[in-house]
Amino acid sequence: MAKVLVFIDNPGQALKKSGLELLTIARALGDTAVAVNGPLNDDVAAALGAHGAAAIFRPSSDDLDAYLVGPKAAFLAGVVAASGATTVLLENSFDGKEIAARLGIKLGAGVITDVVGVDPDGTAHKSVLAGSYTTTARATTAVSVLTVKPNSVTPEPAGAAASPEVLTVDVPESASAGAARITGRTDKPASGRPDLTEARIVVAGGRGVDGDFGPVEELADALGAAVGASRAATDAGWIGHDAQVGQTGKTVSPQLYISAGISGAIQQKAGMQTAKVIVAVNKDAESPVFEIADFGIIGDLFQVLPQATEEIKKRKG
Amino acid sequence: MKIIVLVKHVPDAQLDRHLSAEDNTTDRADSILSELDEYALEAALQLVEARGGAKAGNQVIALSMGPAGAVNAIKKSLQIGATEGVHLRDDALAGSDAAATSLALAAAVRHLGSDSPVDLVLTGMASTDGETSLVPAQLAERLGLPQVTFASELEVDGGRVIARRDSDTHYDTIEAPLPAVVSVTDQINEPRFPNFKGIIAAKRKTITTLSLAEIGVDPAQVGKAGSWTAVQTAAPRPPRTAGTIITDEGDAGIKLVEFLAAQKLL
Repeated sequence: MAKVLVFIDNPGQALKKSGLELLTIARALGDTAVAVNGPLNDDVAAALGAHGAAAIFRPSSDDLDAYLVGPKAAFLAGVVAASGATTVLLENSFDGKEIAARLGIKLGAGVITDVVGVDPDGTAHKSVLAGSYTTTARATTAVSVLTVKPNSVTPEPAGAAASPEVLTVDVPESASAGAARITGRTDKPASGRPDLTEARIVVAGGRGVDGDFGPVEELADALGAAVGASRAATDAGWIGHDAQVGQTGKTVSPQLYISAGISGAIQQKAGMQTAKVIVAVNKDAESPVFEIADFGIIGDLFQVLPQATEEIKKRKG
Repeated sequence: MKIIVLVKHVPDAQLDRHLSAEDNTTDRADSILSELDEYALEAALQLVEARGGAKAGNQVIALSMGPAGAVNAIKKSLQIGATEGVHLRDDALAGSDAAATSLALAAAVRHLGSDSPVDLVLTGMASTDGETSLVPAQLAERLGLPQVTFASELEVDGGRVIARRDSDTHYDTIEAPLPAVVSVTDQINEPRFPNFKGIIAAKRKTITTLSLAEIGVDPAQVGKAGSWTAVQTAAPRPPRTAGTIITDEGDAGIKLVEFLAAQKLL
């Protein structure tokens, strides 16, 4: 049976949903091992076992986080050699893609990013050109490295829990020689809302909010949603760049995307057209967003959104 | 200072974009300089201008790998302010994936550094067509250089590059010794437009064309043959169709919630 390696970077106190999703995909492909960077507590180790990990590999060095990407790729290359893995799965974050990129060169392995599904034979499914095509692709090399987008599968524990063996893999000192070093970190204030790329519902505002994201945020909170924005809104400085959905921002595929005061030009459409259901509110009946909306309201978002928020609160009691 | 900026000629993202029905490669008619590369070029120009510009011997080399049309991305870069252009062009490169692209670009960077060393390779955060963001990291790995990626602020001082890199939960300060591969985001600066003087000046700037043989790359290592991934099938996503559109008559907020309830989205 094929051997699959999942990389989990700094699991912290509990495994994130995205990590559980990778394990669920891995199990369907073959025997699963996990490479963990950072502290590993007993609960996380048990959760890895419950999701089918037969082995957990840890680096000999505890300072991989002091460097950007390079040494983590060196660690994973060591784990691939030790485990005999032929498929490596990583998160589709900036870091995940770049660790995959360097690992691919180290191993002579093909790398496929933005994967939304993997067939048992290793064929990867993804969207290209901002969601306008769906493609299948394969690595033609002995090892394949895939970065998988969140919400691609529903995480499920394994039928029988394993008690994984914990092994240490040596990271050569040369791995960090000359690597880019992280010399400072400043945390951003937490919003308390779900992560934009992982959220089931996104409420996004654009030029039409005219500097006031209040109604967008209040509707988002009533729905338990993440807040997104068009480039016009982030460029105007009304909301942080992290919230930008679109070609130069994040690509989201939620169950529901509510677009408020966004015209829906190609830049924005590129980031959200794979949403399952799209609702649009815009004063301008000619807005292109109405061409792709499942439910469109020609109206003032400052009237429509607060009314919807009140109605949701009333229904949720 | 000698900076190489990687520029890519990509299909205009403002228009409909297509994959070739024959071999699933990108249709490159209606292509332009990738918007995200303009930020890398601007960052390079600001770095050399702070050091006396071209008059002081600083170089900003716009390097593009691509078919004949890619020369347009180089010409645009020269108009904006790059000091010279290099076009890596060879039929054998067609269909290269990120790994094969990074192999060819690494050889081109080494070639361009053979007379005087390169200090920085600057790139955009992604191409707007392939969108994988793999090439900067793979180029760094192949060249054995540190990578400083997704920089939203950048300075070069005392043989080091110092950058700010944003993530959703925090931002990091990253430092690396030169030479380094640096990718920049669209938050780093406001790219300038070519002005009339720049357009005239660009006509006198040199564009060198390089073949694979000139940079010592075996054609079998690149293109579809040298790629480590292969696209097997490609299908256009069915266009979304418009659903119900209503005009607010004072109760559209309620109707919105009714729609969500009917879709079981509450």
